[in-house]
Amino acid sequence: MPVEYIPRTRELYSSFTPYRWVQNESAPFTPLLKPIAECRIALISSGGIMYRDQPRFHREDASYRRIPKDARADELSVWHFGYPTRDAERDVNCVFPLARMRELEAAGVIGALIDPAFSFMGGIYSARKVRDELAPQIVDELKRAHADAFFLVPA
Amino acid sequence: MTSAIDITQAVRPPRAVFLNFPLGHQTGPPDQAELQRKIVTDAMRAFETITTPGTIVELPYVWDASDRSWEDRDYTKGWMPERPSRDAADAQEAERQARFRRA
Repeated sequence: MPVEYIPRTRELYSSFTPYRWVQNESAPFTPLLKPIAECRIALISSGGIMYRDQPRFHREDASYRRIPKDARADELSVWHFGYPTRDAERDVNCVFPLARMRELEAAGVIGALIDPAFSFMGGIYSARKVRDELAPQIVDELKRAHADAFFLVPA
Repeated sequence: MTSAIDITQAVRPPRAVFLNFPLGHQTGPPDQAELQRKIVTDAMRAFETITTPGTIVELPYVWDASDRSWEDRDYTKGWMPERPSRDAADAQEAERQARFRRA
């Protein structure tokens, strides 16, 4: 059975004000008008990935990092408030599958992987901050990059 | 991509692919490039196959067929490793910055 994370969050953070989950009534949807082999796809991870000497994330940090698509594994590091990062530090592709997306681009499965990829630290208490501050900046980035779709990997 | 299906059902993104793995492994276990590639390829295919808004496709991969006890432990008290002290964390960060500035 899949784990129920909403009750576990209430339990884990029981000493804090109960988190109010975003509950949406409907799902927005834009049909994809061409095959993914012709699409420009962006990779976004909320796993807290940083490139080289980009500043480390901190608690309640709603900033994001631009990660060059040709970044090597040893140029990436991970900081996150809310999940054990040990495996991601060993192999960042657990939560930020940059190498896998490059392979799919090379194999022609996707049309192009957008440069750069993006990452933020998803352990942000304020849904308002994410919706009104962080998300619009990434949307602007995706529009400028002429993205057809983005692949969001949480952590 | 999601490993927390109840949260995704509440948030209702346009399309989602569910993988029942422990948090921190939403696109696969470490050092298993082939399985990671399958998971990411399945996710890309879902862009083409999902036509109903809010659909969540479940992937068939199993974290550990002989031991599902991770499901009892994930995201419970004691599951997060102890964080380093502020001084230790600051020292780690200074070391990381210096390493990349040298390189």
